[in-house]
Amino acid sequence: MAHAHAEPHGTPGHGGHHEQTFFQKYIFSTDHKMIAMQYTFTGLAMGMIGAFMAYVFRMQLAFPGSSVPGFGVVSPGEYNALVTNHGSIMIFWVAMPVLIAGFGNFLIPLMCGCDDMVFPRVNRLSYQLFFLSAVVLVASLFVQGGGFAGAWTAYPPLSAVGKYNLTPLGATLWVIAVALEFVAFLLGGINFITTAMNSRAPGMKAFDVPMVVWMIVIASILFMASVGPLIAGAVMLLFDQTLGTGFFNPGRGGDPILWQHLFWFFGHPEVYVVLLPALGIVADVMAVFARKKLFAYRTTVYTIIATGVLSFFVWAHHQFIAGIDPRMANVFTITTVLISIPIAETCFLYIATLYGGSIRLTTPMLWALAFLAEFLIGGVTGIYLGASGADIYFHDTYFVVAHFHYTFFPIAIIAVFAGLTFWFPKMFGRMMNETLGKIHFWGTIIPFNLIFIPLFILGAAGEHRRIFDYSTFPELARPELQALRIIATVSLLVMLAFQFVFLYNFVRSMIAGPRAEKNPWKSNTLEWTTESPPPHGNWVEMPVVYRGPYEYNHPDRAEDYWPQNEKP
Amino acid sequence: MIEGFVRSLSSYSRDIDQLILLVTVLVGFWFVLAEVMFFWLIFHFRAREGVKGQYLTGKEKHVKVWINTPHYFIIACDIVIIVAAIRVWMLIKQTLPPADETVRVVAEQWTWSFQHAGADGAPDTADDIRTTDELRVQVGKTYHFLLESKDVLHSFSVPVFRLKQDAIPGRTITGWFKPTGTGTHDIQCTEICGIGHGVMGARIVIETAEQHAAWVSKNTKLVAAASTTTAADTTAGAPSRAGAN
Repeated sequence: MAHAHAEPHGTPGHGGHHEQTFFQKYIFSTDHKMIAMQYTFTGLAMGMIGAFMAYVFRMQLAFPGSSVPGFGVVSPGEYNALVTNHGSIMIFWVAMPVLIAGFGNFLIPLMCGCDDMVFPRVNRLSYQLFFLSAVVLVASLFVQGGGFAGAWTAYPPLSAVGKYNLTPLGATLWVIAVALEFVAFLLGGINFITTAMNSRAPGMKAFDVPMVVWMIVIASILFMASVGPLIAGAVMLLFDQTLGTGFFNPGRGGDPILWQHLFWFFGHPEVYVVLLPALGIVADVMAVFARKKLFAYRTTVYTIIATGVLSFFVWAHHQFIAGIDPRMANVFTITTVLISIPIAETCFLYIATLYGGSIRLTTPMLWALAFLAEFLIGGVTGIYLGASGADIYFHDTYFVVAHFHYTFFPIAIIAVFAGLTFWFPKMFGRMMNETLGKIHFWGTIIPFNLIFIPLFILGAAGEHRRIFDYSTFPELARPELQALRIIATVSLLVMLAFQFVFLYNFVRSMIAGPRAEKNPWKSNTLEWTTESPPPHGNWVEMPVVYRGPYEYNHPDRAEDYWPQNEKP
Repeated sequence: MIEGFVRSLSSYSRDIDQLILLVTVLVGFWFVLAEVMFFWLIFHFRAREGVKGQYLTGKEKHVKVWINTPHYFIIACDIVIIVAAIRVWMLIKQTLPPADETVRVVAEQWTWSFQHAGADGAPDTADDIRTTDELRVQVGKTYHFLLESKDVLHSFSVPVFRLKQDAIPGRTITGWFKPTGTGTHDIQCTEICGIGHGVMGARIVIETAEQHAAWVSKNTKLVAAASTTTAADTTAGAPSRAGAN
C-alpha cells in the first residue's frame, strides 16, 4: 500500500510553530485530535442529560406519583417524552459520537501513522453538523408540548400525527435532529474509511492495523450502507408531519409498517455500528494488559465482517408480531439465530486471547474484561428474542429492555470507560488515579447488574414497556414486583453517585495528574511512539512500520513488547 | 419458568413456556461454561513475577481445537432452537383452527372495545354484546379474534395466554386462542400509543360454560331492551369494569 500523507494543512499552526487563537484551536479546529475531543465531550455532556432522564423515569417507576427531586411530579406525557429522548440520546448522541467519532478521530490517524484525517475540513463540518443536531434535539425538549413522546423507534401513525402524540413540534424537531446527525456521521465515515485505506504509514499492511481501526472502518461501512433507507424514511415522516402527506397513513394509501422496515433495516446494523468500535477498544486494551498477541487476529476480523453482513438480514425480528406476514418471521428467526455463529466465535477468540497471558488488572483492563463478561449476558438473552415463538411472549416487555441494556451499556459505557482510561495519558499527557479508577469501576459494575437483573425478572413476569404507572394492571401492581422496581431504581442512584468519582478523577487528573511518558503501558501501537499529548501533525518524524500491532512476549526478544515502528 | 410469575391459561401457553425453558437450558449451559472459563483464565494467567506470557498466534492446532469444537456444538444448538421456535410460531401464528366463536377486538386511544358474538354465536349480528375494557370468554372454546385499530398502533397482549399481536389501523388481523382455565386477568396494550398508553389496560374474564351462558343471556336482554329504545347505539349494555371483578 502506497503511503500518502493527509492533505497538507492550509491553515497556519502546523507543527505548533504558530500561535493559534482560542477559536482556531478549540472551536474551528481541523485537527483530528481536537475534533475527537469535541465529539467526546459533547457526547459525554449529552450522556449526562440521558442519565438524568433515566433517573427521573426510574424514580417515577419506583415511587409513582411522588415528586422527583430536581424534576417534580412526572406526568404521563412527560414520562413518554423522557423514555423517548433517553433512548434517542444514548444511541445517537452518546454511543455514536463517543465510540465512532471520538475514538475514531483520535485513534485512526495516530494508529495509522499519519498527521491528520484525509479531509480535515469535512471532518470539521461533520462535527459542526453533529453539534447542530444536538442543539436541535435539546431545543426540542423545551418547545410547546414538550419533547417528542412517541418512543425512539417513532412508529407512525403516532409519530406522524400531532393530535395522536400531542407533541407536534417536538416530533418534527426530533426527526430533523436525527436526520442532521446521520449526515454528520456520513461525513465522518467517509473520512475514517479513506484515511485508514490511503494514509497508513509506510510498511503498514492491512493486518498491521490495530483491531480498533479495523472495527471503526467496518462500522462506518455498515453505517453508510444501512442509513440510506432511514434517511428516506425520515424525510417521508417529516412530510407526513408537516405537509400532510400519507406515506405512513393507511387511510390515504400509505402503510405504517413501511416505516418499521425502513427504521429497522438501519436499526439493526446500527447495533453493530456501535458494537464494533467497542469490541475494537476491548481487543486493544486486552492485548496490552494480557501482554498477549490477539488470538487469531485475521479470523476475528473475518467473523466480524460476517456478523456485519448478516446484520443486514435480521431486521424484521423486531417486527415478528407487528403484523408482517407470519411466514416471514421464519426466515428472520433463522438469520437471527445464525448470527450467533460468527459472534460466538468472536467471543471465544477474545476469551482465548487471555490463555497464556500475563494479565494485569489495571483499570482499563478491568473495564475491558467487564465488557466481555457483561456483553455475553446481552448476547445470550438475544436468543430468546430472536426465537420467534418465545418472542411472542417477550416482545415489548422489560426482558427486551434488560437485554439491550446488557448490550448497549457494555458498549456505550463500559467500553468507553475502557478506552478513556486507557488513552487518557495520550489524550491529556497525564495519568489517571488508579485507586479512584477502581472504586469507580466497582461502583459502576455492581449496581449496573442490580439495575438490570431485576428488569429481566420483571420482563419474565410480563411487565410491558413505556408504562408510567402499573396500577392499571393488577397483575403488575403486586408488591413483590414493585420491590424489584425499587431495587432497580436504588441501584441506579448508587451507580449515578459513583460517576462523580470518575468526573473528579477525570478533571483532577487532567489538571494535576502525574505527567505521562510517551508509552506508559508499554504498548506496541503507533500512537504510543509520539509525545503525550501528540503535537499538531502528530509526529516530528513520521513513523515507519515493520510488524503487526500485537507482538507481545515474542520469543526472540527479552522485552515483552515490540513496538510496530522499531527497526528489526 | 414463566408459570412461576404468570399463570398458563391457553392451549399454547405451555408450548411457549417449554420453548423458553429449552432456550434457557441450551443457552445457559454455554453461557455458564464461557463465563467459568473466562474467570478461570483471568485467575490462572494473572501476572506473576518472572513468568513470561506465551506467544501464540491462534494458528496452533492444539489451541484451535478448543475454539472449534464448542463452536460446532453451538451450531447444533442453534439448529435445535430454530426448529423449536418455528414449530411454536407456526402453531400460534400460522395455523388457524376452526373457531367455536369469533370476537372482534377494536383498539383506540386508549380503550379496548370487544364485540362478543352473543347468543347466536355469530359475529356482526343484532344480538352482539359490546363491552369496553372487558373481554368475556368461555373456557375450552376456540376463539378467533379480529383485531383492528382506529387510530395508531396498539398491541393486544394477554400474558396468561402468552398472546401478543399488534393492531394496525386500516387492517383487520385474525388470530386465535383457546382458554384452558378460568379466572380474571390482565389485557395490556404493549405498543406505545400516546399519553394514555399507561392506562390502556383491560381485563379478560374466563368463565365456565354455565357462568358464561348466564352472562350472555343477561346481556342479550339488555341489548334487546337497548335496541328498542335507541336502535343505533348498542354499546350501553356494557357492564362496568368494577362490577366484573
